[in-house]
Amino acid sequence: MDDKSIVCRCSDLSVKDIRDLIAQGYTTFDEIKRISRVGMGPCQGRTCTQLVLRELSIATGRPLAELMPGTYRPPVKAIKLKAICECAQGGEAHD
Amino acid sequence: MKPAEVLIIGGGPAGLCAAISAAELGCKVLLADRNKKLGGQLVKQTHMFFGSEKQYASVRGIDIAGILLSKVENNENVEILSDTTILGIYEDGVVTADQSGNYFKIRPDAIIVATGASEKTLAFPYNDLPGVYGAGAVQTLMNEYGVKPGNRVVMLGAGNIGLIVSYQLMQAGVEVAAIVDASPKIGGYLVHASKIRRMGVPIYTGHTVKEAHGTETLKGVTIWQLDDKWNPIEGTEKRFDVDVMCISVGLTPLSELLWQAGCEMKYVNELGGFVPVRNEDLETSVKGIFVAGDVSGVEEASSAMVEGFLAGLSAANYLGYTIYNINEKKNDLHQQLNALRSGPVGEKIRKGISELIFSSEAAVSKEI
Repeated sequence: MDDKSIVCRCSDLSVKDIRDLIAQGYTTFDEIKRISRVGMGPCQGRTCTQLVLRELSIATGRPLAELMPGTYRPPVKAIKLKAICECAQGGEAHD
Repeated sequence: MKPAEVLIIGGGPAGLCAAISAAELGCKVLLADRNKKLGGQLVKQTHMFFGSEKQYASVRGIDIAGILLSKVENNENVEILSDTTILGIYEDGVVTADQSGNYFKIRPDAIIVATGASEKTLAFPYNDLPGVYGAGAVQTLMNEYGVKPGNRVVMLGAGNIGLIVSYQLMQAGVEVAAIVDASPKIGGYLVHASKIRRMGVPIYTGHTVKEAHGTETLKGVTIWQLDDKWNPIEGTEKRFDVDVMCISVGLTPLSELLWQAGCEMKYVNELGGFVPVRNEDLETSVKGIFVAGDVSGVEEASSAMVEGFLAGLSAANYLGYTIYNINEKKNDLHQQLNALRSGPVGEKIRKGISELIFSSEAAVSKEI
């Protein structure tokens, strides 16, 4: 049933997917993110980070306090490249 | 690039109060909120608040939002940017924003992050079926948009949000089949729990969800009992035929902007996850960046408001603004926070915060 329990709705990853990756040796959030795209969808990890860290804690025996969430980078939500281009082309007033 | 003295990110109870107090000291405030309407989660709180008079006890949350909004909307020191999401805080102190699809930059002299918290969720079989909601999401649907989420609901979580939303579901004409909580005790206030029990709703403590049922949409939920080591007990399953399930298993701070800015963060379970280390006046480890409300540790709206007032004073004071009785004001706010954090529930919060406070100047390192 673990394959029916969804951890990451954005990239459609189940508890089973995450556990399989941990068993393969991906034991940090960033490693799992790079191989599976967890946390890289529209929710930017706001739904899945807690669930992935919990699985990591159970599997590795390390407390949550010692596990780091992934690196946070701007922007916090999806924006259109067009909007950035328009800002960049706006001249000095829009530096 | 838009200049600003204090940029406040988030127009909920903490951000609004921060704007009021910073503006009172003469500071120019830019208040950004991602929603079209400010007020944060207050606007969907139809129940009356606890606390004391200073935190608007016995006033409904939605009316508190109205009171606070009236103080910023006609304030010449406050500029409101609604429908504006702050996208990033960069190492040189530049902040990027999106207002209704228009991208621009802001250069603030100080920042108050008051972004609040988001709902935690759970992984269980078929948790992605339509009909499985966060409790806060259902509250938004009902109280803000007037949409009834379904006909019969199982509420997962007997904390204050779970209990209050259960009551509001009943007010909206939705049958609450059961409230389920994994912990052996009800987490929310007894006054809320008793009100719901009197209306005949069973509260199953020491139980959790086993699985959801349905193919296209939610048709039912099966729960089972947990032993004293939190392992499920076979044979204790109970099934409820419901079309809605609410998950109310706590909140976690929306702290990504603080991570980006390089603020020192620490995991404190009692406060909902990773929270910023800060001094007593709510300044983080990055000079000029302050925090208030749930993003600095999940509590109630009452303490978010008091923290907002305090962070507003601190940020304005950091920029050189002051008022003759600033110390008196700060002491009063600290005392209000202590009073709100008294009692057994507050003890957890106080313990969590005590792990976060640094008081020496040396600990405050970088400048924005």
